[in-house]
Amino acid sequence: GTMLKGVTRLVSRVHKLDPGHVLRLGTQASQSLAAHLDNQVSFESPRAISCTSENDPAKHEEKHEGQHYNLPLQDMKTIFPHGLPPRYAMQMKTFNEACLMVRKPALELLHYLKNTNFAHPAVRYVLYGEKGTGKTLSLCHIIHFCAKQDWLILHIPDAHLWVKDCRDLLQSSYNKQRFDQPLEASVWLKNFKTTNERFLSQIKIQEKYVWNKRESIEKGSSLGEVVEQGITRVRNATDAVGIVLKELKRQSSLGIFRLLVAVDGVNALWGRTTLKREDKSPIASEELALIHNLRKMVKNDWNGGAIVMTLSQTGSLFKPRKAYLPQELLGKEGFDALDPFIPILVGNYNPKEFESCIQYYLENSWLQHEKAHTEEGKKELLFLSNGNPGQLERLCAYL
Amino acid sequence: MAASCVSCGAVVSQRLLLRPRVSLAPRQVLWKAAELQSVPGPQILRLKHVTVVTTKKNVKALRRETYTVDFIKKQIEEFNIGKRHLANMMGEDPETFTQEDIDRAIAYLFPSGLFEKRARPIMKHPEQIFPKQKATQWGEDGRPFHYLFYTGKQSYYSLMHDTYGKILDIEKHKNQLQAKGLFSEKDKTTDLIGSRWLIKEELEEMLVEKLSDQDYAQFLRLMERLLQCGAAEEEFVQSFRRSVTVQSKKQPIEPVQHDAQGMAFSTSEGRRKSAKAEAVVYEHGNGRIKINGIDYLLYFPVLQDREQLMFPFHFLDRLGKHDVTCTVSGGGRSAQAGAIRLAMARALCSFVTEEEVEWMRQASLSVLQLDCSRLIRASENGRSRARREPAGSLPGRSAECCRERRGSVHLHVANTHQ
Repeated sequence: GTMLKGVTRLVSRVHKLDPGHVLRLGTQASQSLAAHLDNQVSFESPRAISCTSENDPAKHEEKHEGQHYNLPLQDMKTIFPHGLPPRYAMQMKTFNEACLMVRKPALELLHYLKNTNFAHPAVRYVLYGEKGTGKTLSLCHIIHFCAKQDWLILHIPDAHLWVKDCRDLLQSSYNKQRFDQPLEASVWLKNFKTTNERFLSQIKIQEKYVWNKRESIEKGSSLGEVVEQGITRVRNATDAVGIVLKELKRQSSLGIFRLLVAVDGVNALWGRTTLKREDKSPIASEELALIHNLRKMVKNDWNGGAIVMTLSQTGSLFKPRKAYLPQELLGKEGFDALDPFIPILVGNYNPKEFESCIQYYLENSWLQHEKAHTEEGKKELLFLSNGNPGQLERLCAYL
Repeated sequence: MAASCVSCGAVVSQRLLLRPRVSLAPRQVLWKAAELQSVPGPQILRLKHVTVVTTKKNVKALRRETYTVDFIKKQIEEFNIGKRHLANMMGEDPETFTQEDIDRAIAYLFPSGLFEKRARPIMKHPEQIFPKQKATQWGEDGRPFHYLFYTGKQSYYSLMHDTYGKILDIEKHKNQLQAKGLFSEKDKTTDLIGSRWLIKEELEEMLVEKLSDQDYAQFLRLMERLLQCGAAEEEFVQSFRRSVTVQSKKQPIEPVQHDAQGMAFSTSEGRRKSAKAEAVVYEHGNGRIKINGIDYLLYFPVLQDREQLMFPFHFLDRLGKHDVTCTVSGGGRSAQAGAIRLAMARALCSFVTEEEVEWMRQASLSVLQLDCSRLIRASENGRSRARREPAGSLPGRSAECCRERRGSVHLHVANTHQ
């Protein structure tokens, strides 16, 4: 309820925050108006603490730590057609801008990525941490960086979506043992197309693939056609995905482009599924074609790119709530498959980041409570959320 | 009712004054009284098994049943004899058998699961059981003994009269002293702190007559005036005051301990419902809290529980200043949060000034009851569950259904209510 009210209230308010505009007296109480005036007057200083003008992730450094940077909305639509966590997407819509906080784990990863040697096999990075600490958004930060650097982005927003609640499981035409998921595959292909439009015409496949008796794809046709075929012929979508993954893997080693494989919720690949066959017997995850291909993708037997993954307990199946370590969430099988990898812990906010987050909310007039900007109020918020970004965001939604 | 004392059923129906509808003719009463008095030793004990709960209401209903002075004396003798028998039964010394021993013995011999404490078997001195009644106020010739009898409230008016007399005496004394020049200004005023005036019910009990509110107010005014005059009649005044226990003195403050690294900390425990918690609060820290080794954000994902934890620190304005490690077991989510909160508040007492301890007590933070004494409300007043309406009181059922259900509820009542 508060969020919806907030949307209508704050969308109008955000317009008013633009400097130089005459304040229009709407249906606001005089108290918030006074707060507005304060914000207007000291417009520059809070922004200086919480936001930075450096909008290119490539140039983010330690000194930007704790500050939000603005992502242009147009970019958001191309790069993240499907990748953002839902609460963040709501916040983006409310504030009418997309701001991400620059944090240490992301900076660390950026540093590694900038110094990757593309001749070596792809390095695997795993972002792990407790629930709500910001793993997915850190991943988005990385993806933005890579997009700006003109990498090809293979982003699976949430692998858990592929192992639960799927309808229309078809038996795979390629391999009788496996199952296809036409809906998920086609959706993903659409998003993939949006993200990587410009690469699709450049990359040519190097093998002939036969869809069925009448249709086939010749060697040398562009990847775009494969994707088109997958989108239009939903039955073949899963196979199209498989082809895309295989080709990309093969060709990234050639050095034409750099490939970033970003998987969110990678522990889904080795966990259990909730899908069942018609005779109600459960399906193991390797019997799903999408999962099988994805597993091949995250193996480090190719070079010319990097693999960044996050573990997620939130969507995971059959895992205890407090599990967040790679060992617990991946299980033995997954851990062995992913080994060796570089683990990166994403933790709660440190005091500086917390302060910055509160400032950001205050600027956008998201916190309306009188005590929100006092010291005691901030201490209360800190205690109640313990610096956890997710909890803090949920808390502030009520204020 | 019938099930408990079958043998003295008739006696029970007389003694148990719970059904005022049962009005007995005075002759019958006297006969019963005579019967009682003529009965020898063993049966006397049986009488004592019966609980006599006489409230003011019942006294009104059975106005005809006045207890004569002889009757009360007889009861007291019987009570003493019964006390000695009971002491013999329990194997204790009859000479030093106090009322608490009696209570314990009765609770042991007649265990009762009734929730209403007043309904359980008791054996007390007849003074406490039989309401105080006035002896007959007039003599053989019909002439009343007390000079204020015809006012209707003779004890009250005589008390007021005496008090006023005392005030006049004090003033006369003061005037005499002033005339002689020996009057000293310093008066030791009576210490009124820690005591309160009698409430109206207590005064009524003392005087054994009904008072009105105006009478009571008048009485208080007179008492205040007496106090103002001087500290002469201290015992007289104090006989009308009751002490108010100061509760905060009961709470022991835990000492501050020091562990190996020299960090100051203090431990205490708290309980709520069936959850037990023990908290170790360190004096200097960051505001981290660990419960059973798990961070409090993960242990209490619900905001409400974390707010409970926040309250002691927030109240004392020490939000980020202490580190806490605690262990908790039992109860549910809310109960554990409440128990930890209590334990933390108590532990914080040792780092905090006396004043703040008093504030905390008033804010019911470090509440003194050892555990939260809210119990599950079982059936009461003839209902089959705590909140369920009795059958037939809500509309929407057919008549036969009502009758049936009422019948079954009736049985239930007979079993539990007694």
